[in-house]
Amino acid sequence: MAARAATPSTADLVRQSIQGRRLGFGDIAFPAALLLALLFALLFLATLLVDIFAKSWSALSGRGWSVVSNPLTLNAETAGLWQSIMGSLGLVAVVALLAFPIGISAAVYLEEYAPDNRFTRLVNTNIRNLAGVPSIVYGILGFTIFVRFIRAVGAGGGVGGKNLLAGGLTLAALVLPIVIITSAEALRAVPQSIREAGFGVGATRWEVIRYHVVPYAAPGILTGTVLTLARAFGETAPLLLVGAATGFFSTGSGNLIDKTLGPYTALPVTIFSWARQPGADFRSLTAAAIVVLLVVLLTANAAAIILRNRYERKW
Amino acid sequence: MGEDQLTDSTTAAGPTIATGEARPAGRGVSVGSALRGTGRPAEPAQNTIFDVRGLRVFYGSFQAVADATMAIREHEITALIGPSGCGKTTVLRCFNRMNDLIDTARVEGTILYHGTDIYGEKVDPVEVRRRIGMVFQKPNPFPKSIYDNIAFGPRIAGYKGNMDDLVEESLTRAALWDEVSDKLKESAYALSGGQQQRLCIARAIATSPDVLLMDEPCSSLDPIATLRIEELMIELKRDYSIIIVTHNMQQAARVSDRTAFFTVDVKQTGMRTGRLVEFDATDAIFTNPREKQTEDYITGRFG
Ligand SMILES: Nc1ncnc2c1ncn2[C@@H]1O[C@H](COP(=O)(O)OP(=O)(O)O)[C@@H](O)[C@H]1O
Ligand SMILES: [Mg+2]
Repeated sequence: MAARAATPSTADLVRQSIQGRRLGFGDIAFPAALLLALLFALLFLATLLVDIFAKSWSALSGRGWSVVSNPLTLNAETAGLWQSIMGSLGLVAVVALLAFPIGISAAVYLEEYAPDNRFTRLVNTNIRNLAGVPSIVYGILGFTIFVRFIRAVGAGGGVGGKNLLAGGLTLAALVLPIVIITSAEALRAVPQSIREAGFGVGATRWEVIRYHVVPYAAPGILTGTVLTLARAFGETAPLLLVGAATGFFSTGSGNLIDKTLGPYTALPVTIFSWARQPGADFRSLTAAAIVVLLVVLLTANAAAIILRNRYERKW
Repeated sequence: MGEDQLTDSTTAAGPTIATGEARPAGRGVSVGSALRGTGRPAEPAQNTIFDVRGLRVFYGSFQAVADATMAIREHEITALIGPSGCGKTTVLRCFNRMNDLIDTARVEGTILYHGTDIYGEKVDPVEVRRRIGMVFQKPNPFPKSIYDNIAFGPRIAGYKGNMDDLVEESLTRAALWDEVSDKLKESAYALSGGQQQRLCIARAIATSPDVLLMDEPCSSLDPIATLRIEELMIELKRDYSIIIVTHNMQQAARVSDRTAFFTVDVKQTGMRTGRLVEFDATDAIFTNPREKQTEDYITGRFG
């Protein structure tokens, strides 16, 4: 190129060749297009949020806390979300109690014990596939298996097996693959050299897992756990098939077992049913319920991010 | 938890695997003179600690090591040298059954440890590793405190003595005590690379093993840290038998008593199998090797 020319000094040539800044069309258009795509996505989100908050304003400002603390009724002026929130928390509790011990154990088995053979790979692939199955399919599974089973063992609790337990079991089945995948990833992030260090001083496999691998993976597992619970908290479709639409969670008398085996509803299901009610009051109330749901989910996500930033180990 | 498991594994190990005998306290030895020596075998007639016969190692269908036979002696430093990929690490990891952890790895032949085949049917690899400690190429402390790094091994082995004393003794023997005595509760990750490696050595000797396996323990260290670890090895061999992998020939010449030289044979299929070329006193290997290949490698004419 020009650098081969004989007359100017090397210094001149270098200056010329590195100072010339030529911006092509692509240098400007490409980042601009990317930014536009990002803005579009953000705009979408912002519109949604502004719209929801605007609609919810009359209910939230007019009614205050009673939107959260009042019981469910069909009267838009007094209806509240108490049973829905309690129902959702109950579901999340059942999920936490079932999906986490099972899911984390399965992940430990897959990562730490299972030999790397065709069967293990098949299982791994299928867990990934299961995580992608639409949630309504889990609703059908819950209906055909859990509801019938609960009814068959006589724990139907007056709602023919479509109780909180059935809902919790269904959601647990739904999130189980996700729990396994996120836990397995956290376990895999613990370097092999740490396991070898443990074995090297004469630890058994169990001791290596118990004292090293699982504790070091715990923050990652916990982060995944919080996100998974948030997912369960926001699920609607499968619950419609296993009873959540039918009844209201009783908040009054009755012990924990009665409540677990009795009728229930959940926050997203309430949103679904309120959205179908006529009238401006219900429209605002629905928006208020969505705000409550979003607050819970965003809090959970924020907690997960904080957990990750604070405790997750970088190897 | 581990209590009953530990007793199980003890009985499973069979009767003949002897624990290390009582050893003299290894502190306060001047290592300077030893280091300046040429490192020839200390005494002539020593016991064989590992009798390796026809050792072959495979990863799946790939043969990494072909038919190695050698007798490793007690209270010596044995160096494994050779070009990269010749199977030094693979062979070293056979001595404490660390290759068991690799699904595809398969070991053939026998390694007699004080006369017992560690690949024998009844042998518990956990018990083997308790007697044959290991220091890895890359320092791999647990992400715990310095104290807990040392205490973990003895704790799971059911150590009943004073743990504080044991931690201090192990760190002292690994020439690290003076640098960390006031921060035992701090994370091991706060230490420098050289300190971490000495911590790993301290961790390995805290369980009072009989043998120390060291895989290029100085490869990620600066010359000063390297020198300290070499001094340490020479001091430790009074009490332990040491097998060290090194790519540094000067290091092998400086510290080891015997040297095994491996090379890679490339088959027509392209398979690169490691082979033990020569195993002899370090002096002989470096001054008067029997094999031409050894000489070429030692003199840097290796192609
Ligand atoms: N886990 C493994 N799986 C498959 N092949 C391996 C594994 N570890 C080492 N190898 C192969 O075995 C041969 C010897 O490796 P290694 O023992 O690490 O050599 P060195 O330590 O002498 O450099 C190399 O060809 C290497 O690629
Ligand atoms: Mg190596």
